[in-house]
Amino acid sequence: MNIPSELKYTKDHEWIKIEGDVATIGITDFAQSELGDIVYVEVETVDETLDQEEVFGTVEAVKTVSDLFLPLTGEITDFNEKLEDEPELVNSDPYGDGWMIKMKFTDATQVDGLLSADAYKELVG
Amino acid sequence: MKNTALTAIHESLGAKMVPFAGYNMPVQYEGVNIEHQTVRDNVGVFDVSHMGEFLISGPEALNLVQKVSSNDASKLTVGRAQYSYLPNATGGIVDDMIVYKIKEEQYLLVVNASNIDKDWDHITSHNTMNADMKNLSEDYSLLAIQGPKAVEAMQSLTSVDLSAIKFYHFEVSDFAGIENVIISATGYTGSGGFEIYCKNTEVEQIWNKVFEAGADYGIKPIGLAARDTLRLEMGYCLYGNDIDDTTSPYEAGLGWVTKFTKDFVNHEQLLEHKEKGVDRKLIAFEMDERAIPRGGYEIKDSSQQDLGIVTSGTMSPSMGIGIGMGYVPPIFATPGSKIHIQIRKKLVPATVVKLPFYKK
Repeated sequence: MNIPSELKYTKDHEWIKIEGDVATIGITDFAQSELGDIVYVEVETVDETLDQEEVFGTVEAVKTVSDLFLPLTGEITDFNEKLEDEPELVNSDPYGDGWMIKMKFTDATQVDGLLSADAYKELVG
Repeated sequence: MKNTALTAIHESLGAKMVPFAGYNMPVQYEGVNIEHQTVRDNVGVFDVSHMGEFLISGPEALNLVQKVSSNDASKLTVGRAQYSYLPNATGGIVDDMIVYKIKEEQYLLVVNASNIDKDWDHITSHNTMNADMKNLSEDYSLLAIQGPKAVEAMQSLTSVDLSAIKFYHFEVSDFAGIENVIISATGYTGSGGFEIYCKNTEVEQIWNKVFEAGADYGIKPIGLAARDTLRLEMGYCLYGNDIDDTTSPYEAGLGWVTKFTKDFVNHEQLLEHKEKGVDRKLIAFEMDERAIPRGGYEIKDSSQQDLGIVTSGTMSPSMGIGIGMGYVPPIFATPGSKIHIQIRKKLVPATVVKLPFYKK
């Protein structure tokens, strides 16, 4: 199971890359493997400001659908448009070309509450 | 949790195992899309040993089968099988099944794993004629070898001419070095092939030889996830999703296996459903936009009035669109009718279509 040490994580199996006040968000290798073949990533909240834990989109696999929860409060600025035509990038490259959104977060103290790679590793066993 | 005789093999192949109907079953090996495509294009093998098998024998065997089964088993000759269901006392369905005529005075009923106990109790309760009943479910394994290359790939394993076994016919013969195996030209995929019934003690040898024989044909093991997408592309009902104790066979489109040529459980009420009509129909629909319907989603008309509920839905791996089945009032059941599916906050348009979704 690939869990890059430089990223932050949530118990909802999302990863967060922090650069200044911008966060890039995707789902973890564990999550993509549990979901199976991903066929559709729906994000219709670009330009919206949402609270931490609110649903910002959904990821549909052949067999199942799963909500995506915003790990930090702030404005969603970008959706990875490559996923429109190639949702399978989430399976093949979850931490790279399979990223889902970028956001501007407003409360830096929330970052401290995210899981470290070690803590996430423990969570997924 | 029960295991099949092949559980260790599935685990060694890296399958993702899930609990299904009380069994620890492989849901996926490599990925649902590639497994699905393997069956559509080449040949794949499913371990579906969780399915139940009841053997009904003796001079009263036909009478009992005729009593509990909706289809007319008197039309079967030795070596033929028929799709059927067990009607309940309230106009619904206990289970759907396949009835095989093994020999004179002997029938094999193959039922869904999740319903084995319920079916057994139901049939037993109607066995007033004392036909001999044996539950073979724990002793028998079932492999489905499915796909357009199944016949060619498996021919070297048997002395039977596989290409000569017609759909819903079977032979009891040698297969992969084992005698008295049922080789049945049936399946749940719409891509042709066979189902192989053998004893648990024989199935590992058969599995291994099937994979040796199929190696040059791209054979792969296939999980339950692809079994579901394959059956749904054909519009085959899944018990528990599309049909259950509360659905009328006439709502579900199972009139073709309901034969009033004989007396059977609750035939009076079913005849009424047939003659007076029913209030809803099982439909097949395709999404007009990119969206995936799922079981439990609401079906609505253009003014947001409730029409019914989606019973099965998926992204079709073969067609790349969302497909589903569900119940709606008969006036919305004609192919071409426009309906809407409530998908999260959106009402997404869909069109009623004829089955199968997938045409070769």
